[in-house]
Amino acid sequence: MAKVIIDGIEVEVEDGTTILQAARSIGGEVTPPAMCYYTKLEGSGGYCRTCLVEVSKGSEKDPRPMPKLVPSCRTMVQDGMEVKNTTSERALEARKGVVEMLLVNHPLDCPVCDQAGECDLQDLSYDHGGYNTRSEFERRTFEKQDIGDKIQLHMTRCILCYRCVKVADQITDGRVHGVINRGDAAEISTYIKNAVDNDFSGNMIDVCPVGALTDKTFRFKSRVWFTKPMLAHRDCDKCSGKTTIWFKGDDVLRVTGRKDEWNEVEEFICNTCRFDKKKVSDWTIEGPKEVSRSSVISANKYKNLEKPKEFKLNDIKRLDS
Amino acid sequence: MGKKILLEHAEVPGIQGYEVYREKGGYRSVEKALKTMSAEQVVEEVKTSGVRGRGGAGFPAGMKWSFLAKPEGVPRYLVCNADESEPGTFKDRYLMSKIPHLLIEGMITASYALGANTSYIYIRGEYYYLIGILEKAIEEAYANGWLGKNILGTDFSHDLYVHPGAGAYICGEETALLESLEGKRGNPRMKPPFPAVKGLYDCPTVVNNVETIAAVVPIINDGGEAYANIGIGRSTGTKLISASGHIKKPGVYEVEMGLPVEEFIYSDEYCGGILNDKKLKAVVAGGSSVPILPADLILTTANGEPRLMSYESLSDGGFQTGTMLGSGGFIVMDETTNIAKNLYNFTRFYHHESCGQCSPCREGTAWMEKILHKVLAGKGSMEDIDLLWDIQTKIDGNTICPLGEAASWPVASAIRHFRQDFEELVKNPAGLDETRYYYHCNNINPEVA
Repeated sequence: MAKVIIDGIEVEVEDGTTILQAARSIGGEVTPPAMCYYTKLEGSGGYCRTCLVEVSKGSEKDPRPMPKLVPSCRTMVQDGMEVKNTTSERALEARKGVVEMLLVNHPLDCPVCDQAGECDLQDLSYDHGGYNTRSEFERRTFEKQDIGDKIQLHMTRCILCYRCVKVADQITDGRVHGVINRGDAAEISTYIKNAVDNDFSGNMIDVCPVGALTDKTFRFKSRVWFTKPMLAHRDCDKCSGKTTIWFKGDDVLRVTGRKDEWNEVEEFICNTCRFDKKKVSDWTIEGPKEVSRSSVISANKYKNLEKPKEFKLNDIKRLDS
Repeated sequence: MGKKILLEHAEVPGIQGYEVYREKGGYRSVEKALKTMSAEQVVEEVKTSGVRGRGGAGFPAGMKWSFLAKPEGVPRYLVCNADESEPGTFKDRYLMSKIPHLLIEGMITASYALGANTSYIYIRGEYYYLIGILEKAIEEAYANGWLGKNILGTDFSHDLYVHPGAGAYICGEETALLESLEGKRGNPRMKPPFPAVKGLYDCPTVVNNVETIAAVVPIINDGGEAYANIGIGRSTGTKLISASGHIKKPGVYEVEMGLPVEEFIYSDEYCGGILNDKKLKAVVAGGSSVPILPADLILTTANGEPRLMSYESLSDGGFQTGTMLGSGGFIVMDETTNIAKNLYNFTRFYHHESCGQCSPCREGTAWMEKILHKVLAGKGSMEDIDLLWDIQTKIDGNTICPLGEAASWPVASAIRHFRQDFEELVKNPAGLDETRYYYHCNNINPEVA
């Protein structure tokens, strides 16, 4: 066991736990945001850099602070470690920078994006971003691509978190899905537009933190905050059959995995449950799904937020000048 | 005349071939190590020599070797990093093309010390013409019993392979190199675990630069003590410097550590002074990623002491007034150079070479290039310079691998020391053609569009 202090709160965790997991066991403000780390995906994390924290004391044995900010999702705790997240100016400043970088090429098309309302990037930018952009350059765009007949890839919105790549790596034997090109031209792609033909490919949609991978059977049907999530299950020979189904009126609009407060699914579900079972009679309904994580779907999430600074039209730098 | 130990025989005719190389004392270190020394003794000798990693980071090589994990029944690997792609650095190319056997000899001796039965030379894809040279040398080494089974009748067997990269700067980062060597996409790995514990194919691995491995040969031949006596302080031995830019005699020079920078630039033995006898403006001392320094700070430190070619002296004053020895890519610029224009070239390179794995580097390098392009096209403003500075601080230290730092340091130092060059461009645009934007992201070829 290791004792760690995160933002002044002491917690005892198993050896080999990451700082992020230790912070999650405390919960609340001290938990760094994570855009690419996903507990259930082996080898995920470390890419997005939103979870950078400052380690002000390495361990009881070696109390030297770590010189650089470290990704909390990939750094193991040591006994006696002291971590600063929200209390570290440096970490907050770096996080602000990362959010800005993630948004430099993001289309900000939330009004037409199916993910809006349950989007990690949206939440992240509300919490850590600025109200204005300092980039005045054309954003990079891509053509939409279909991955199979049920999933659409909207690469323009992608933040290259590699989660879907890890899903594909871990559900299929042949490598058909990955990243091509490099730098800011890097993109998610299926090998020469091969469909990822697997019973569990739909989980790519659930793990995607933004609206880059969307469910074609749900596209443009409804804003997520107009739908009601219910816990439901069915007998399935491929997966556990435990899902969340999303109602609008009496219609089942979509089926997803059950997500916890960190927006991670509890269990991966199969494509049959996800795409083909859209009748109420297919499901045994357990009751309403509590959305414990703070997002638009949980009511009045932004009620207590500070009102954005109002700016006059003249303050905005004219792009054509 | 400075002491030469690596390039001593570089100009001997026929030294590329085995016979001449052997005649000049080649492969003595293998004989000495295998016949008279234990592996530990070889590591000790390298430790005593104090030789530091010549790829840029300057980490003591002997120390790195002693960190190598030695679990039972697991093979160990030595990998030579010949993916020399840093703009301004071309020393390894020179060494490998002139005396390929020196590298092969170093690889065998080092592998013996590390207990590695297989080693790889990961060579930059663009150096395709060197692959043949190296493979011929390896063939000769096999034919003469320096490679293969039971070398010199001992129970040490060794195989050596050359593996070309596909042309990515990022594959010079040791973990990206290992990924690439394994046949994967060349993305740097998260550390820890370090390669010394889990490297190539998850086995303990040492990755060393070409020059570091070549230096093992004189260290074993003459002893670590003798090597440590060359140089100054903790910067022992000699360093290959690739000199380029506005100088009379560009080329690769072997200098003894501790040579004054002023002497290196102006003496006829080395660079021979500034081209057309113009005034020196700035020097990038160790390859494009190290901070650029103005003439006064490269010749003397902030304390007024003469600046020397050594790890310590060049980094004296930190990044405020110092720089780094890096990989030894010595780029000299005269008074006619606009540093902001030069920086655009560097930044374009880092944008092109960023692997795109982590967000600050992927987006930041592209953003910096676009801003610099805008400034060069005459559409910049003074705020753009501040923005550039701010973006650089957001990348520095926040990325997975050192490419983020490599991209942000030149920007930081150029603004720190040469802000007036940027302001001049804002006021008097350089007239760069607007259509020459890099439209990678939209897959538009700028030459066609």
